[in-house]
Amino acid sequence: MWPVVLRLLRLPRPRAADVFVLAAVGATLYVLLGAATSELRRLGPSVSIDLHPRALPGYAAMSLARMIMAYVLSLGVALVGGYAAARNPLLERILVPVLDVLQSIPILSFLPVVLLTMIALFPRQTLGLELASILLIFTGMVWNLAFSFYHSLLAIPEDLLEAVRMMRLSWWQRFTTLELPAAAIGLVWNSMMSWAGGWFFLMAEESFTLVNRSFTLPGLGSYLATASSRGDLRSVGYGLAALVGLIVLLDQLVWRPLVVWSRKFKIELTEQPVPQSSWFLDLLQGSRVLGWLHRHLWTPICEWIDRMMLSIGPKELKSTPTRPTTALAAVTAGAGVLIALGMVELGRILSRVPPPQWRQIAAGAAATTLRVGTSLLIAAAWTVPTGVAVGLRPSLARTVQPLVQIAASIPATALFPVVLLVLIRLGGGLEVASIVLMLLGSQWYVLFNTVAGAVGIPQDLREASALLRLRGWLWWRTLALPAIFPHLVTGGLTAQGGAWNASIVSEYVTFGGRTLRTLGLGALISSAAAEGDMPLLAASTVAMAGIVVVLNRTIWRRLARLAEERYHL
Amino acid sequence: MQERAEIQSVWTPPTVLLEAREVTVAFARPTGARVVVLDRISLDLRASEIVALVGPSGSGKSTFLRVLAGLLAPTEGQVCYRGQPVRGPNPGAAMVFQTFALFPWLTVFQNVELGLRARGVPSEERRERVLAAIDLIGLDGFESAYPRELSGGMRQRVAFARALVTEPDVLLMDEPFSALDALTAENLRTDLLELWLDRRIPTRAMVIVTHNIEEAVFLSDRVIVFSTTPARILGEVRPEMPHWRDRDAPEFHRIMDQIYGMLAGERQRRLSQPRPLIQRLPQAPVGLITGLVELVHDADGRVDLRELADELQLDASDLLPAVEAAELLGFVASEDGDLLLTAEGRAFAEASVLQKKELFRKALLDQVVTAREIVQALEHRKPHRMPIDDFLDLLDRHFSAEEARRQLAILIDWGRYAEAFAYDERSGELYLESPSP
Repeated sequence: MWPVVLRLLRLPRPRAADVFVLAAVGATLYVLLGAATSELRRLGPSVSIDLHPRALPGYAAMSLARMIMAYVLSLGVALVGGYAAARNPLLERILVPVLDVLQSIPILSFLPVVLLTMIALFPRQTLGLELASILLIFTGMVWNLAFSFYHSLLAIPEDLLEAVRMMRLSWWQRFTTLELPAAAIGLVWNSMMSWAGGWFFLMAEESFTLVNRSFTLPGLGSYLATASSRGDLRSVGYGLAALVGLIVLLDQLVWRPLVVWSRKFKIELTEQPVPQSSWFLDLLQGSRVLGWLHRHLWTPICEWIDRMMLSIGPKELKSTPTRPTTALAAVTAGAGVLIALGMVELGRILSRVPPPQWRQIAAGAAATTLRVGTSLLIAAAWTVPTGVAVGLRPSLARTVQPLVQIAASIPATALFPVVLLVLIRLGGGLEVASIVLMLLGSQWYVLFNTVAGAVGIPQDLREASALLRLRGWLWWRTLALPAIFPHLVTGGLTAQGGAWNASIVSEYVTFGGRTLRTLGLGALISSAAAEGDMPLLAASTVAMAGIVVVLNRTIWRRLARLAEERYHL
Repeated sequence: MQERAEIQSVWTPPTVLLEAREVTVAFARPTGARVVVLDRISLDLRASEIVALVGPSGSGKSTFLRVLAGLLAPTEGQVCYRGQPVRGPNPGAAMVFQTFALFPWLTVFQNVELGLRARGVPSEERRERVLAAIDLIGLDGFESAYPRELSGGMRQRVAFARALVTEPDVLLMDEPFSALDALTAENLRTDLLELWLDRRIPTRAMVIVTHNIEEAVFLSDRVIVFSTTPARILGEVRPEMPHWRDRDAPEFHRIMDQIYGMLAGERQRRLSQPRPLIQRLPQAPVGLITGLVELVHDADGRVDLRELADELQLDASDLLPAVEAAELLGFVASEDGDLLLTAEGRAFAEASVLQKKELFRKALLDQVVTAREIVQALEHRKPHRMPIDDFLDLLDRHFSAEEARRQLAILIDWGRYAEAFAYDERSGELYLESPSP
């Protein structure tokens, strides 16, 4: 998994354009806010959630349906966007920085914007809420998929591209026989990550408080949210059990078969520590009915599409790269004007933030940064030794890996009530509790990647170290740490993203009818959204996105480069 | 197939299938400098001939092949296929790549089928033609195998089947046998020549890029010799021997020596020219240079280059850069296709390990301007350190980005061995280990 992710880390050089893009993205979204806030007051009452366990299958189905719709949308947008960026030099220069910034913004800070926009578009309808929820899940799923597809396209070997041109394949044939297969492994892994992210934020995606109103959509997430805000731990347990069951089911029936199947799309012949087989895939491949359908339905349909596209689709025959057309230039110019207008509007909104609030934002940013850093250090402190210990025992690693993946998908927010009860009783308060909550949402990524890294330590290096009698710290310094370093960077970066996201839900908690908050940027975003303070919301979201972009571009980018150049095994 | 026989029997001049006129390929470096990869190259490819393109690496022969294929548009000049200017992939040509370029996720059958799918051939007819091609090239039984299950030789057979299934007029081959071991390569080469001589393939002409001079003489009707800096056609040799050619025949040796002689003459010409500030260094690591000098020394100071290549079971591509480097450093000299040890070469071969380094250092600083420049630059700086990027910028003005990196790598390899300067990978800096006071 990590080479795919590491490829994602090959971030472009920081540019002044990033600031522009960051501002532009924020601007365009927040301009829509103005129209939306007025619509809010006309909204109907929220759905009430039935906490009885028998309601769970229905809720699970609704949540699953939302996730699927969001995923299909994400995949479509990712394919189109990634393709455009990889094949058109002009679009590449626009899309790559935009994607990079968008990917850095914690998804929960999209919440108010997305919600208000959809309500503005579909006033007084549940449809607006549903669409808002789907769009919110989409914003958490799409960026890494798009990046993965873009990088896979760039990594296609030159000789295969030349062969395709020499054989004069049509555009469609090139896409289906070369580009999509070459990207398949990256897309499968990133789809898994996107889904894990989607489950993690399920609660926030289905029940939100905005401008002193709460909105609830029926689903597993809102079931958990309702149970937890009422302090009904038994129902939280039921909900979690249903969620874990659903995640395990999907893992067995969808993801594992896909991972095993997609191994045939490997371009290089290196082995990855992935599950070796899938009973469900074996079952499907052994099925006679499916075999018949494949031969008599699927193959003819593919053949038909292939020939259709041959006669109507564009032919790739030019030997020089296409130049940007005037139409495209016009579209770009138009987008530029819109962005400029949006930036003016964002400036106007931000200028309404009074100076004391800016000081609050600065203090909150410092507090949250410290908290994220602390949680990462704590995560590394226990996961690195554990991960290496597990990874060096391959049979154990095969059992633990999927469990960790499931643990990473469990919404830590659902566990907040339990954690809070314990910590408040111990006297830590939310200042400490929020770190623990962040940890719940981020440590799994480090553990997962460390195990993968340790599994990949070459046997000869381990034997050489044993013969040289490397022990203790010397062993860690010369063998284990350098060998897992690239994985550690990947895990750390993902965990950092998780921790920033978690700050939004962990620094401002509504539980058992009480609202607890502590100093932090996440708390500011949550409370500004709940109270409908749009200027503060805009300012704190932009601040958080800015910090994450800066951290990615400085610390993480440098570490990723170091990992690739010096510690690549 | 019939047609070709008839044309030959009545001695009408064979049709010109592919015609390259004054083809120049150049690209501009970001610094504004223009790098010329091919300099006004003209070539006629006629029906019933096999043409081999040989030359040192960096001579642009693969680039020229891509221009013929229509994969690369020339900066100036043009390529015509049967009198029609080629724009985009040449409709009458198919190509075989050094790296096979097979789709790992498609079976042998599906790989071979691709070209026919692109032409919209209906599936029943496709099936027949694919099976015929697979049969022809000796792959029957492997239709449903994936490329990763096959050996290198079998993979290249798939690539040949894929190229031949569309019945191209012209088959273009870019070092098709050089990724294979000697035995496998010979086997496939023989099979291809047999198909050609027996006219079992409708292909009317073939162009092969190779660095293996023996292979070129064995297969082709014309050997075009390319030179580097500037990339031009040095000359043409016609091995007018009937197939199958005996590699041990005196005539075969004479032709190979003639080609080695042309390449050696070209090296002499370049050596005798005033040294440019930035030389293109041959890609020969130190180990290869010292090895070669010692081999020549062991052979009493004189070897036949062709025999040496033969004896070592090496391709000329592995040997020629070392020869070029040893010549550049003044350890050997060429004479009628033979290599002669110079006085410096003899001293070098007989020296101890430490003395060798000293002699190499002297030769390096005397003969390679760039190395001398680096040492001088480092001596003048106070901390005696210099980031390689400074130097890379300089190389970038003369070479493509990729070539500049290769040039720097070889320079660092030589400089490290000679202890002329060292390189700190962590900081990316060149530095002097023991600066002279």
